[in-house]
Amino acid sequence: MKPASAGRPVRPDLRRSRLRDLRHLLLYAAARLLALLATVVVGVYLTILVANMGGQVDELRLVQIRSEAVEAVRADPAFFDMPGEERSALVERQVALEVERLRLDQPFIVRSLDYLRRALSLDLGRAEQMHSDRGSREVRDIIVERLPATLLLFGSANLLVFFTAVFAALHLSRRYGSALDRTVIALAPSSAAPGWFYGIFLILFFAFLFPLLPAGGMVTAPPPESRLEYAASLARHMLLPVAAMFLSSIFVSIYSWRTFFLIHSSEDHVEMARAKGLSARRIERRYILRPTLAPIITSFLLMLIGLWSGAIILEQVFNWPGLGSLLFQAIGHRDTPVIIGGVVIFAYLLAATVFLLDFLYALLDPRVRVRGGRS
Amino acid sequence: MIAWRSGRWRELARYPSAIAGVAIILVLVGVALAAPLAVPYGEALERWRGGERWQYHPVNAAPVWVDRLRGGRAPTTRVIASRDVEAEVHPFPGGRRLTLPLTFDYAFDDFPSELNLFLTAEGHARPPFVRLLWQTPDGREIPLGGHRLGERERISISQDRALAQRLGGLAPHIGLFAAEKAEGEAGAPSLQTGRYGLVLEAVLFDAEAPLEAELVVYGRVHGIAGTDHQRRALSLALLWGTPVALAFGLIAAVGTTLTTLVIAAVGVWYRGWVDAVIQRLTEVNMILPVLPILVMVGTLYSTSIWLMLGVVVLLGIFSAGIKTYRAMLLPIREAPYIEAARAYGASNLRIVMRYMLPRILPVLVPSFVTLIPTFVFLEASLAVLGLGDPELPTWGKVLNDAQSQSALYNGYVYWVVSPALLLMLTGLGFAMLGFALDRVFNPRLRSL
Repeated sequence: MKPASAGRPVRPDLRRSRLRDLRHLLLYAAARLLALLATVVVGVYLTILVANMGGQVDELRLVQIRSEAVEAVRADPAFFDMPGEERSALVERQVALEVERLRLDQPFIVRSLDYLRRALSLDLGRAEQMHSDRGSREVRDIIVERLPATLLLFGSANLLVFFTAVFAALHLSRRYGSALDRTVIALAPSSAAPGWFYGIFLILFFAFLFPLLPAGGMVTAPPPESRLEYAASLARHMLLPVAAMFLSSIFVSIYSWRTFFLIHSSEDHVEMARAKGLSARRIERRYILRPTLAPIITSFLLMLIGLWSGAIILEQVFNWPGLGSLLFQAIGHRDTPVIIGGVVIFAYLLAATVFLLDFLYALLDPRVRVRGGRS
Repeated sequence: MIAWRSGRWRELARYPSAIAGVAIILVLVGVALAAPLAVPYGEALERWRGGERWQYHPVNAAPVWVDRLRGGRAPTTRVIASRDVEAEVHPFPGGRRLTLPLTFDYAFDDFPSELNLFLTAEGHARPPFVRLLWQTPDGREIPLGGHRLGERERISISQDRALAQRLGGLAPHIGLFAAEKAEGEAGAPSLQTGRYGLVLEAVLFDAEAPLEAELVVYGRVHGIAGTDHQRRALSLALLWGTPVALAFGLIAAVGTTLTTLVIAAVGVWYRGWVDAVIQRLTEVNMILPVLPILVMVGTLYSTSIWLMLGVVVLLGIFSAGIKTYRAMLLPIREAPYIEAARAYGASNLRIVMRYMLPRILPVLVPSFVTLIPTFVFLEASLAVLGLGDPELPTWGKVLNDAQSQSALYNGYVYWVVSPALLLMLTGLGFAMLGFALDRVFNPRLRSL
């Protein structure tokens, strides 16, 4: 789809086919969005079931309600000279009221649907012990505060790995069998270890043995005043975690892309272009990259999906204030609402990635444009 | 079939990385098999729980061989027991006096890391009394005070604040081993080597009941893997971590690949709603974040390694692999030999299990092998998050302990490096074999 340059009249049949393409695209996107929404609903419901199985969450809440009621009755001077039995009866009444208010007396199936509705509308409830840096106890605020840090770190690392890998692979596929090529193949198994693993060693070398870079955190404390200094400090802190992720996935990415390009550059249409004497650059752009764009994008987004969950430990190792370390702290505090909220957010992020994948696929794959949502 | 296999294997032997990978895996499997023989399962758990049995081990000691390779002579732990020395006995009415000289030669390059005295006095009607005297090689005598003894007494000489003050502010395990300084001399204390002695002068109010003493001069290096903050020998965890890691990786990889494969084949064979349900479930599963769910299960239920394994396998059943296998199986479904099988009346199950699955098994082998280290690292990741098995010693738990004790910051590099190296070795072994297998078994890569 070349953009129509302004001024030049567009032929009517071309315009009609554009319109048809657009309609098909929208139809397809809507169908996928609906399907994904259904998927998210099922996924989040499953999460709630796991979190609630055995009534764990309910029991925790009951204990909490009871202790709060006991505390309230004991602290209230009005009940100071009340006999013990009456006081415990009062506590029981308070607990019963609260249970009714929170609908804990209803069957689980009803409540789980209520949880589902709240989770889907991102009404994630209040944290039990944790709070955001601004002091809010709302799980949503806590998560929203941490999200940008995660997006920044993983977004930049992934983009770096992806573009380096694709271009290095293109380069290597032309020099197939060279020493560099064989080195990369030999190094590919190093990706068996996840990013946090390399992170530990990077910290050891660059923060403790040769103290060049900070061992963790996102900015220096206190944060610098000027924007420029803030960005510089951020970049310094990002260097090691990004390097860790880069190290852990770069060689295997180059390896698989190289293989992929090699397979594709032996296809007939590429051979023909070569026979015609087209330049290597042109062959790469037009004859190799263009037809393989859809699988390239697919694998990029699949890599994103894979890295979302790897985030938790890497952030923990580098003390990066993102979603992952939030989840880790929530484990430490046994703060169930935050943990469930985090899982729901991760599910949403994954679903968004999958949707993006589908949509880009539709944009790139002419079959979808022509036939619409039907496969 | 056999001939085909042997041909492939011979081809595999051409890759040096495959041979290296197989060698690493064989060594690991050997260690894994040796671990239960060396230390039985129950005993390993019992010992890893920690406690008194480790009291003769130093805290945070580095491996001996690291120091010796560097040409150092860091101290190892010495135990000087009273049963090995001659005691002088002076009886008196209603009891006896004992003089126990616990002497030892100290010829290391560094100060010891700690100094403890363990005393056992069982069967005494009245508690005995003991006075301690420290003798240095240059003939100085430093009194270390007196103690009334219970049945089992642990005298932590290193923790004696008053003694530290008398020694000029030096911790006793340093001050007692330092050479005497000239008047007004400043600088770090210098170590004095030679024959030291701790003389116990005990008054026992019993003619028979025994008194046992053990002086422990803790070293700075210990064993082949060093010790952790609870004095536990890391070699135990590193040894037992091997079978745990391999079992976890192998079971998880087998569990997920086989179930995924069977389900994909069932979907392809039956088509219709079965296929649709499987496809939708796969999509749901794709948006379920594995690690956060594992974290949630670990927090809310139990961190037992077997429960984690179960959840990993469950979440892995409807993994994205189904889509790949489906694409591979779809053309096979229409193959003439399947039609032949149908014609002779083979059951659905038979067609799926005996005709469709064996066709794509070879393609599966490489991905299966490369999957194993992923799960080994997953277990380690969970442990690093503090969700390791509560009882089993694993590599990940060693890493977690090291992290929570800021091992890198405190310079206990061995504590992080040894489990990490083992993890890396496992990962590399399987990955190297897997990549080579991929090149041999994957038809699209064969021509490259």
